Amino acid sequence: MEQFLQQVASGLANGAIYACVALALVMIYVSTDHINFAQGEMAMFSTYISWQLMNWGMSFWVAFVLTVLISFAMGVLIERLILRPLHNAPVLSIIVVFIGLLAIFNSMAGAFWSYLIKEFPSPFPKSSFGIAGVIGPHQLGVVVVTLIVLGLLFVFFRYTPLGLAMRAAAQNPQMARLVGVRVDWMLALGWGLAASVGAVAGIMVAHIVYLEPNMMGGILLYAFASALVGGISNPAGAVAGGFIVGILENMVAYAGNQIEKATGVYIIGNGEKLTVALIIVIFVLTVKPAGLFGRVVVKRV
Amino acid sequence: MRTSRRGFVAGASAFAVLGANSAFAQKKYDDGATDSEIKIGHTGPYSGPASSYGQIGKTIEAFFKSVNEAGGVNGRKINFITRDDGYSPPKMVELVRQLVEQDKVLCLFNTLGTPTNTAIHRYMNQKKVPQLYVATGASKWGKPKEFPWTMGFQPDYHTEGVVYAKHILANVKDAKIGVLMQNDDYGKDYYEGFKEGLGKETAKIVKHVTFEVTDPTVDSQVIQLKDSGANVFFNIATPKAAAQAIRKAADIGWKPAQYLNNVSASVGSVMKPAGLENSQGIITAQYLKDPTDKQWENTDDFKAWVAWMDKWMPGANKADANHVFGYAVSNLMLETLKKCGDTLTRENVMKQAANYQKYKLPLLLPGITINTSPTDYYPIQSVQLARFKGETWDLFGDVMSAEGS
Amino acid sequence: MSGSKKWVLGLIVLAFIVPLLRPVFPEVVSDYRLFLVSTMIIASIAVLGLNLLTGFNGQFSLGHGAFYAVGAYTAAILMDKLNVPYWATIPAAAIVCFIVGYLFGLPALKLEGHYLALATFALALAVPQILKYKWLEGLTGGVQGIVLMKPEVPFGLPLSEDQWLYYFCLIVMIVLFWAAANLLNSRSGRAMMAIRDQYMAADTMGIDTALYKTVTFGISAAYTGIAGALSASAIAFVAPDSFGIFLSIKFLIGLVVGGIGSLLGSVLGGIFYVLVDNSAQSLTQFIRNDLGLPFDLSAYTVFGVLLIAIIYLMPMGIAGGLYMAYRKLRGARA
Repeated sequence: MEQFLQQVASGLANGAIYACVALALVMIYVSTDHINFAQGEMAMFSTYISWQLMNWGMSFWVAFVLTVLISFAMGVLIERLILRPLHNAPVLSIIVVFIGLLAIFNSMAGAFWSYLIKEFPSPFPKSSFGIAGVIGPHQLGVVVVTLIVLGLLFVFFRYTPLGLAMRAAAQNPQMARLVGVRVDWMLALGWGLAASVGAVAGIMVAHIVYLEPNMMGGILLYAFASALVGGISNPAGAVAGGFIVGILENMVAYAGNQIEKATGVYIIGNGEKLTVALIIVIFVLTVKPAGLFGRVVVKRV
Repeated sequence: MRTSRRGFVAGASAFAVLGANSAFAQKKYDDGATDSEIKIGHTGPYSGPASSYGQIGKTIEAFFKSVNEAGGVNGRKINFITRDDGYSPPKMVELVRQLVEQDKVLCLFNTLGTPTNTAIHRYMNQKKVPQLYVATGASKWGKPKEFPWTMGFQPDYHTEGVVYAKHILANVKDAKIGVLMQNDDYGKDYYEGFKEGLGKETAKIVKHVTFEVTDPTVDSQVIQLKDSGANVFFNIATPKAAAQAIRKAADIGWKPAQYLNNVSASVGSVMKPAGLENSQGIITAQYLKDPTDKQWENTDDFKAWVAWMDKWMPGANKADANHVFGYAVSNLMLETLKKCGDTLTRENVMKQAANYQKYKLPLLLPGITINTSPTDYYPIQSVQLARFKGETWDLFGDVMSAEGS
Repeated sequence: MSGSKKWVLGLIVLAFIVPLLRPVFPEVVSDYRLFLVSTMIIASIAVLGLNLLTGFNGQFSLGHGAFYAVGAYTAAILMDKLNVPYWATIPAAAIVCFIVGYLFGLPALKLEGHYLALATFALALAVPQILKYKWLEGLTGGVQGIVLMKPEVPFGLPLSEDQWLYYFCLIVMIVLFWAAANLLNSRSGRAMMAIRDQYMAADTMGIDTALYKTVTFGISAAYTGIAGALSASAIAFVAPDSFGIFLSIKFLIGLVVGGIGSLLGSVLGGIFYVLVDNSAQSLTQFIRNDLGLPFDLSAYTVFGVLLIAIIYLMPMGIAGGLYMAYRKLRGARA
């Protein structure tokens, strides 16, 4: 029973990581209609920036705020300088550009800060909250921060004119233009926002997985799966998807363990947990093609 | 040939013999060696999942630059060609064929990774090109009978696994062992060695869990280990996962006797990130001097290394043990080339590489030396156990060798 | 039409003759170069497989590395365990991959665009792990993989191993491209493309879209699987580490840079697939050593910049770019 609780808690904590990054993926998707493969590496780069700022003597939260702002600017710049000129290029060509960006960010981080793993501080006071032996304070903090970011995004998109304009620009650019939305700036804004969310994700994750140029590689894969389960166009769905995937993979390993204990036969274990989780994800998708919480867009011909 | 020449100048003084020998010795070259140059090929993972090991290649490159600056080897400059294999076996085959057939290198040196080196293993031996001092601890690199052109460098993982097992059997009462293993070639090699070391006592392994390099954390695995009731933890993981595991064990209040593979025994990149307070008492096996370990600061070879780093790799992180590894293995290559003299044939390179007796290589632990012979292709086969105490490794016990295993 | 046919024939004849010049120009037509071209041919076939699915049928895949791996392992296991000759592993790999692809195509029917891309991505992730699965280890060799022998030259032909490998790959490639061209020119091919361009219309016109989509998935997987089987023979080693997620991404890069929806594009994509790495490395060497950049530039950075630059210059890929240039030239003349 203790193991069960610990596995759920650890799945929840991992899920929060996936959710955070999935949220950034969803941001780009709702505001530009693309899936950004470089999202993880951009977040990693932002995290290095905040590490550098702290290394120069800034406190965690000052560095945090500055990093979020710098990342926002970085996102806007990337959209204006690199993606703007390719507006009419096919989707797959854009994906290749994203892969190019991934390579550049990854190798630049390695060149600037080396590939050695670095400790990253946690802003949450040690052992002040959290349940001893089940979930640590930082893990709990990540869950809370993820939910706060989600709440902020919800309010922004739902209740502010700017948020509304951004959604309009992504969903129906022509119509949005007709009613006076500056569509191209909305796209840039979407990139900035996504980069900021990514920066928050990176900073939260780095304490757990340590800071290094490849830290987002594995996470991005899980974040994709999370966004898939939850619905790629739905921020709340992506967060839920993150938690679902996180807990699911631990449960697969746990179930495998129990079966082995009971019957003595190895069927599934840690080596297969990702595979089994992915099979479940694909199965879910075939039943609900737009994800658990996504809405099916009805196309008119 | 050499003996007949010696017979020719018999009767002359000892000095004259030496002089005559080098004056008459005809220079012999294979591909990749000339009067002015020696070409050496190398590949490393400068990109991809193993890119932290790219630092080794960069260190070797800087090392040969410094050698060339100082006049080269026996008057010849070293042309070190290094390429990025991204840790991909098919890419490795392509690049190595280019190095051997187009660039015509004399030998390959310190190519990194078990799957990558396996992909070129047979090719190199068919072509009879030395594949020297490979950067992997698999045990298959020391088989001179089947593969006379391939030689390892570091103590093999298998042997190290045996050493830990023996220590556990001798020192832990009622050991119940939990093993965390990276699910690849390297992890498996350690685990096999470990099991062999336990001999009849393999039942003492109560839990064996694996993780993939793509797993973001190993938390779930560590929980499973704790749940198994294990009181010994053998940590077979690369730095990131190793540090995560040590920290997670402390977080969930699991306090086993911990054994950590040498691959991750770095103070700077594992013990510190894992938390020094969580790392106390961990046991590992070492053969190189840890760059963050203060006890070496006043030894000559270490001081030389620091000075070299300052001059040739300014700005590089000295806490990174890859720089120590790269520097040490480069020194061995340099010595091998020196010993070859003017006979720079591939055969002679292998012959010299297989002819070391108690050679003291810089940055190896005191008491550990290089030993090879035509039947022993494992240059380093000794390790010393160390216990983590305060901020450094505390070496204890004797230097242990696994000759003949 | 007949003009381009002549060109293709000419190129094929050239492709057969040039390797025979090896004894005359050993430095130019070297074993290594032939091997390099063989890997390009193999990549071309893999990219063609992806192209059939994405370029001609409009289904995205980010996971073709999975089929490549299945093909390679099918070949390796047959050669290693059952002593099947290498040439017989090609049809075997094709059949196995067709079945796997067809089965995967069934759930894929429900998925569109990005969802399909991500589902295939998941497949590519899962395959290397499945290869390590405890109960399959006996077959797949687990993490250690399988070491194979290189194909031997048959009938006592006076060729080197690499020459023979090259001819073998070339023949397979010609057959597969010829089959693809015929398929695309047939009624079925037009149906495939109709589904890509006007799904609703194709559906209402009575095309069995589900059948066409799943069968296309199978054929596409079979092509890529054949490429995998060839690579197992060429590299003479398979291991889970050879089939990481970046393999699938590189096929995608080959597809896009070569030219989506173009047979010529698949060939160009295969060439690019092999050359981009090497040229990124040479370029890096050049910038570092000859231009004396004080900054530690890595080949991976140059690779990224190269990709973006190419998409800038030719958003429709090299084949698209060539086509545009050709049209401009014609226009200028007329």
